[in-house]
Amino acid sequence: MITLDALDLGLAAALVIALAVLAWRLQLGMTGALLVAALRTVVQLLLIGLVLRVVFAYVNPLWVALLAMAMLLAAGREVWARQSRRFTGLWGFGIGTSSLFISSFAVTVLALVVSVGPDPWYQPRYSIPLLGMVLGNTMTGIALAMDRLNAGAWNERRVIEARLCTGADWPAASLKLRRDAMRVGLLPIINAMAAAGIISLPGMMTGQLLAGAPPMEAVKYQILIMLLIAAGTGFGTVLAVQLAARRLSDARHRLRLDRLDAQAR
Amino acid sequence: MPRLRVQELFSSIAESHPQNCAWRQPVSFDVAPGECLCLHGPSGAGKTLLLRAAADLDRSTGSAWLDDVERQALPAHEWRRRVAYLPAESAWWFERMGEHFSTLDPDWLQSLALDPRMLTQRVEDLSTGERQRFALLRSLIQQPGALLLDEPTASLDAPNTRRVEQLVTRWRDRHGIAVVWVSHDAAQRRRLTQPQGPLQGPLQGRQLRFAGGRLLPPGTRP
Repeated sequence: MITLDALDLGLAAALVIALAVLAWRLQLGMTGALLVAALRTVVQLLLIGLVLRVVFAYVNPLWVALLAMAMLLAAGREVWARQSRRFTGLWGFGIGTSSLFISSFAVTVLALVVSVGPDPWYQPRYSIPLLGMVLGNTMTGIALAMDRLNAGAWNERRVIEARLCTGADWPAASLKLRRDAMRVGLLPIINAMAAAGIISLPGMMTGQLLAGAPPMEAVKYQILIMLLIAAGTGFGTVLAVQLAARRLSDARHRLRLDRLDAQAR
Repeated sequence: MPRLRVQELFSSIAESHPQNCAWRQPVSFDVAPGECLCLHGPSGAGKTLLLRAAADLDRSTGSAWLDDVERQALPAHEWRRRVAYLPAESAWWFERMGEHFSTLDPDWLQSLALDPRMLTQRVEDLSTGERQRFALLRSLIQQPGALLLDEPTASLDAPNTRRVEQLVTRWRDRHGIAVVWVSHDAAQRRRLTQPQGPLQGPLQGRQLRFAGGRLLPPGTRP
């Protein structure tokens, strides 16, 4: 495996800085956001590299669980932060995070125990990257779907209430809303699966190829990961959409916009 | 022949947002079968909230009966089918107007001066007034026992206003439904409530003013 030194990374960093300078000269904005995000990626990845070195060195279930929890909470916060209209109180964080947890942890543990089968099953070299990939994609799906659902409920409140007024129950009155949210949440992974191998070589497979793995082994892992991500994202999004839609209504099938923040972000 | 009875009704929205609305205390009213109760009152008095609470669209305290059925005894959607609330602005969910109607009596279209060809048109291509008249037909088709109309003729010209008044009056005459009609137009309220007015018939009507959170007979001060 060819290792990288600081100069190799510096070249890539110089490209991003050149881009930032260009954007600044053309007054296109995004200069600050680009530099901050690039800096974040460098610092965060270096830190996780240090953490992983320690966690991989000592195969301890407690450390694995701790890291997994930290990843879950960070993903849950990201889901919360990306919504323009959040549920008030703990619900804003709770619905997204619990859907994330149930779906991505169940899918990851199932894949570890049944498919990959490392020893022990929580072997961090396998469990942490696997969880990271499923969690990251599930997070995107849930964040997009919940944002669409809540914003849609607000924007289409007159239509939803008109349906309620004609005698529709909540599942019927909210069906279009839920379908829209589901579509928005699942489109990225569906596009990624459709493009895989033709338009793009997915990141994990690329990584394994760069590390010298035989192509067919890398492909088999990538197929496994793609399908796990699709299942994780799908189940997580279904769960989040159903829970959030339920929270948007009550026992008398009313539209309860008072449970959302009054101000859009 | 359904009677609408509302007792000690108070919208939780009015209660929790007193700055938006003058409705401060529970109200009770009773609409006999075939009767038209005309409501008026200053803007912000809570007329819309009152109708929404009666239709169980907003949370509220108190009770509402249609005949001897209390709203809690019915599933919410069945209550709203029977106690049909028609908001001041109509809303539609399919692309074409006709998709919202499984059956539609051509006589009804004619009675509101609506052309059957409008059913194949896109909803957004119809005027506000045309959409409002279709919305009334949509409410009548669900065969409600009580009809709660929130300024149903606000976007209509005089001839179409009369057509809507006549259709609703004919309908309550034939089916004996209870009608609550919010109207800012004093002449319209007289037409709807005077037994010897232009809308002849054995029908009764009553006017109440909703102001300062109370329902008052006309002429009295809160």
